[in-house]
Amino acid sequence: MSVLVVAEHDNSEIAPATLNAVTAATQIGGDVAVLVAGSGSSAAAEAAAKIAGVSKVLHADAAEYANGLAENVAPLVVALASGYSHVLAPATSFGKNVMPRAAAMLDVQQISEISAVVDADTFVRPIYAGNAMATVKSSDSVKVITVRTTAFDAAAAEGGSAAVEAADAKGDAGLTSYVGAELSSSERPELTSAKIVISGGRGMQNGENFKMLEEVADKLGAAVGASRAAVDAGFVPNDYQVGQTGKVVAPELYVAVGISGAIQHLAGMKDSKVIVAINKDEEAPIFQVADYGLVADLFEAVPELSKALDG
Amino acid sequence: MKVLVPVKRVIDYNVKVRVKADQTGVELANVKMSMNPFDEISVEEAIRLKEAGTATEVVAVSLGVQQCQETIRTALAMGADRGIHVLHDGDLEPLAVAKMLKAVVEKEQPQLVILGKQAIDDDANQTGQMLAALLGWGQATFASKIEMGSGEAKVTREIDGGLETISVKLPAIVTTDLRLNEPRYASLPNIMKAKKKPIDQMTPADLGVDPAPRLQTLKVEEPAKREAGVKVADVAELVSKLRNEAKVI
Ligand SMILES: Cc1cc2nc3c(=O)[nH]c(=O)nc-3n(C[C@H](O)[C@H](O)[C@H](O)COP(=O)(O)OP(=O)(O)OC[C@H]3O[C@@H](n4cnc5c(N)ncnc54)[C@H](O)[C@@H]3O)c2cc1C
Ligand SMILES: Cc1cc2nc3c(=O)[nH]c(=O)nc-3n(C[C@H](O)[C@H](O)[C@H](O)COP(=O)(O)OP(=O)(O)OC[C@H]3O[C@@H](n4cnc5c(N)ncnc54)[C@H](O)[C@@H]3O)c2cc1C
Repeated sequence: MSVLVVAEHDNSEIAPATLNAVTAATQIGGDVAVLVAGSGSSAAAEAAAKIAGVSKVLHADAAEYANGLAENVAPLVVALASGYSHVLAPATSFGKNVMPRAAAMLDVQQISEISAVVDADTFVRPIYAGNAMATVKSSDSVKVITVRTTAFDAAAAEGGSAAVEAADAKGDAGLTSYVGAELSSSERPELTSAKIVISGGRGMQNGENFKMLEEVADKLGAAVGASRAAVDAGFVPNDYQVGQTGKVVAPELYVAVGISGAIQHLAGMKDSKVIVAINKDEEAPIFQVADYGLVADLFEAVPELSKALDG
Repeated sequence: MKVLVPVKRVIDYNVKVRVKADQTGVELANVKMSMNPFDEISVEEAIRLKEAGTATEVVAVSLGVQQCQETIRTALAMGADRGIHVLHDGDLEPLAVAKMLKAVVEKEQPQLVILGKQAIDDDANQTGQMLAALLGWGQATFASKIEMGSGEAKVTREIDGGLETISVKLPAIVTTDLRLNEPRYASLPNIMKAKKKPIDQMTPADLGVDPAPRLQTLKVEEPAKREAGVKVADVAELVSKLRNEAKVI
């Protein structure tokens, strides 16, 4: 058995989600290789070589891989896949975009967002917004899999010393081109890997009021998230959304402020270790999953919380 | 320009899903079924393209049991022109769906296929990307804005870090994200009119596709339940519990 992990990176650093996928790969067993497809991406390839448990890094460096376009990356994955029993990627927007394209080219039914490895052919994955867990077995010759990152610990970023091998680039498919991006920049930790997340919902009323949450977040070293309602209303950008159709998080502490607790929101945070809910409606469903519930007006409770954290 | 919109019949998003006692799947008997919410967004986008004069015809296609025709009728009531139903009673996996959609595309020759980014039942998030691969077309997934140009479309995508814009050559696949638009409700006169719009029916065999699943579902279980905890009286008690009991801050 041998597993290829398709790395997510920005040409200089490896995205943390890749480390979770490496852990899933080591649980499957056999040698673990990492593919770094990028442009001017030697630093990322070297970083991948240091990940504990990785035995080889395949490095494809060419202009067509600069922005991770699926039309260009998928054929590369397909060309390399024959040497492996499994091909994995984190279930991030990058992995979700590239892997099904590669799977279809290989005539393989992908297994999306696995949350556990049972054996080399059998995996557990959440369905219906995590309200059911399906155990599925694949008989495809190559298994193409995306990994729910919150279900696997991160592999150590240092400690490995894999060899870096050059892989041949496959050219530009000429189907899509990259125009630009508007990325949220923040000094705060990344939402999906933060130890503490504080999220606001429709109860926050506007974007300005999110400053209250940011203040608390900065005192706790937390990331800030949101419900779909808060994103749809334009209080915060789309990349804040936690839930079935947003990001899945599982921090040590999740604080839900002015969020009712719809199934779709719970799907993205119910595996958090400790959940706190602040809501003025004592019947809100969020209290059914909260370890600590505070029935209060958030406009009083959040500033008080901020003050209490100074003490 | 013709637009093809695959629409899937799924358990309504408001239904609390229950796992069957024999662990073979989830309870679907007597459960409210609706169009996958992302597919409503796709239908809306296609109709807007038609209203803007960019699209000439909107064709809704659904694959699955006989009742998928209700889902197609919903699309027709929203404003789609006609429907295609591929009748199949067993489970369908994204790869099989993509293969059948490819056959439909080859027959219909649309310039644009708009799918949902994921179906809220199986949450696979695969079908659009797979269809793009099988056709050798470009894919603009998780779209929050679509601008049609000549021979190409400029699409803004919701990605983990924020927003990204790509340009994709036509014909192309687009998959929709939540903030692309707000789907309309069908009016009563349009629901009546939709009853007269044609729906073609065919089978996987007509399309030359073997729909047999590749994955074997060994069991479906309830996830670990989370117990509700305690209510705290005030912020001071909350902070004290987080510090001393949970030890997370
Ligand atoms: C296809 C689909 C996908 C979806 N995906 C997601 C997803 O990924 N993530 C997601 O979050 N949702 C998702 N949703 C939406 C979900 O169904 C809910 O509509 C949404 O989560 C509600 O957000 P909310 O809790 O902020 O708003 P509401 O349900 O309106 O709740 C607001 C809460 O704030 C409380 N509140 C108001 N004022 C105060 C105050 N002053 N002090 C204290 N509390 C206050 C209220 O009591 C209420 O409980 C999806 C829906 C669909 C159909
Ligand atoms: C144990 C188990 C039991 C299941 N039982 C059933 C069942 O009894 N009945 C049932 O219907 N499903 C059932 N399913 C779900 C079914 O297998 C999945 O829906 C299938 O794998 C497709 O995945 P997806 O829809 O999540 O694909 P995604 O890739 O998430 O779908 C994305 C988009 O593709 C398009 N699309 C996908 N499927 C269709 C379709 N059939 N017609 C038109 N457009 C489509 C839509 O535009 C959709 O928005 C079951 C799944 C499991 C795991």
